[in-house]
Amino acid sequence: MSTPDTREAAVITGAALALGDDALVLSHRLGEWAGSAPVLEEEVALANIALDLLGQARVLLSQVGDEDELAYLREERSFRNVQLVEQPNGDFAHTIARQLYFSTYQRLLYGQLASGDGPFAGLAAKAVKEVAYHQDHAEQWTLRLGDGTTESHERMRRACDALWKYTGELFQPVEGLDVDHAAMESAWLASVTDVLGRATLTVPEGPRTGAWAAGAGRQGLHTESFGRMIAEMQHLHRSHPGAAW
Amino acid sequence: MVTMTALEEELSRIAGAVLDPELPVLTLAELGVLRGVHVTGPGRVEVALTPTYTGCPAVETMSSDIERALHEHGVPEVSVVTVLAPAWSTDDISEEGRRKLAEFGVAPPRPQGPAGGPVPLTLAIRCPHCGSTDTELLSRFSSTACKALRRCIACREPFDHFKEL
Repeated sequence: MSTPDTREAAVITGAALALGDDALVLSHRLGEWAGSAPVLEEEVALANIALDLLGQARVLLSQVGDEDELAYLREERSFRNVQLVEQPNGDFAHTIARQLYFSTYQRLLYGQLASGDGPFAGLAAKAVKEVAYHQDHAEQWTLRLGDGTTESHERMRRACDALWKYTGELFQPVEGLDVDHAAMESAWLASVTDVLGRATLTVPEGPRTGAWAAGAGRQGLHTESFGRMIAEMQHLHRSHPGAAW
Repeated sequence: MVTMTALEEELSRIAGAVLDPELPVLTLAELGVLRGVHVTGPGRVEVALTPTYTGCPAVETMSSDIERALHEHGVPEVSVVTVLAPAWSTDDISEEGRRKLAEFGVAPPRPQGPAGGPVPLTLAIRCPHCGSTDTELLSRFSSTACKALRRCIACREPFDHFKEL
């Protein structure tokens, strides 16, 4: 039997885990570019965006428990991030498409959370200003690649199409988040449609969920590459418990 | 109570005089990240610190530098807590801090005014080396998350710009 108070605490913990895992996993994916980004400025930009996300993840996961234990010692099925953020970096266009879809969503989400007085309002008010720079970065690159050469246009189109089916999950309601998911989804669609249009790209036509329901990351069901990603992310800590520098 | 306040003011001055580890010309007071110093008991002080960016890795160094400065001043127990709200803004950097930034070669952030108000997007960013306002953006992210990389068209020097947050 759980009392209303412990029930409420569990709901908030669940929401913190979902948002914290989104930030942690995308941070790790962006960190994978270190040493192999196309130009030095992007190396630095992607690492800085990753650092912002890692900062958010630390605050959120610390609301759940020990941040290191949560990041390094959980099994794949215990992660609650959306499948979009775990998708492999692919080429630079894939990374930018993932950034465009996710940063647009995160900016809307934090904007709504910041205007409320819930348990995430403080972090959201701070993070929304950081995420505005992430969205701007993704938007500028989408315009440049989409409205660039035939090759860059084609790669950006392929990337936007390939990741489209993971965008539906972003608007599956998360218990404990006092936000209007439907309003967020329509604002997201309008924003992404506007950027893609200016980038001479068309909005992908396919469904926004996969054939076997892409909307499963929040329930702990992840795509194939995620297991390899966390194996690499957790390897050092698992091999050398308590390692620090 | 009066002596407590006087003591807290003195300790605030000491903690506020600690230098930023990444911009070592700026004090934490000038950066505007010190949120309060409270004496919680005999020989016990709690310092509230706010990060510039949520993931700013300098916070840990700032905390240990504050602890050391207060220990040296004879406070045996110092705890530094991080607070997120209200969110830090580049408007919290003092006038003196802005002047020092420019002197250090970093273009200071432009004032943003009250939250929700119009953003003066067109205000030019001045080259900290030659003073020209004819500068261009090279990258939105630079050596740290809080800076952008720009180049001066007039003197051709690249420079960091503390971006508005």
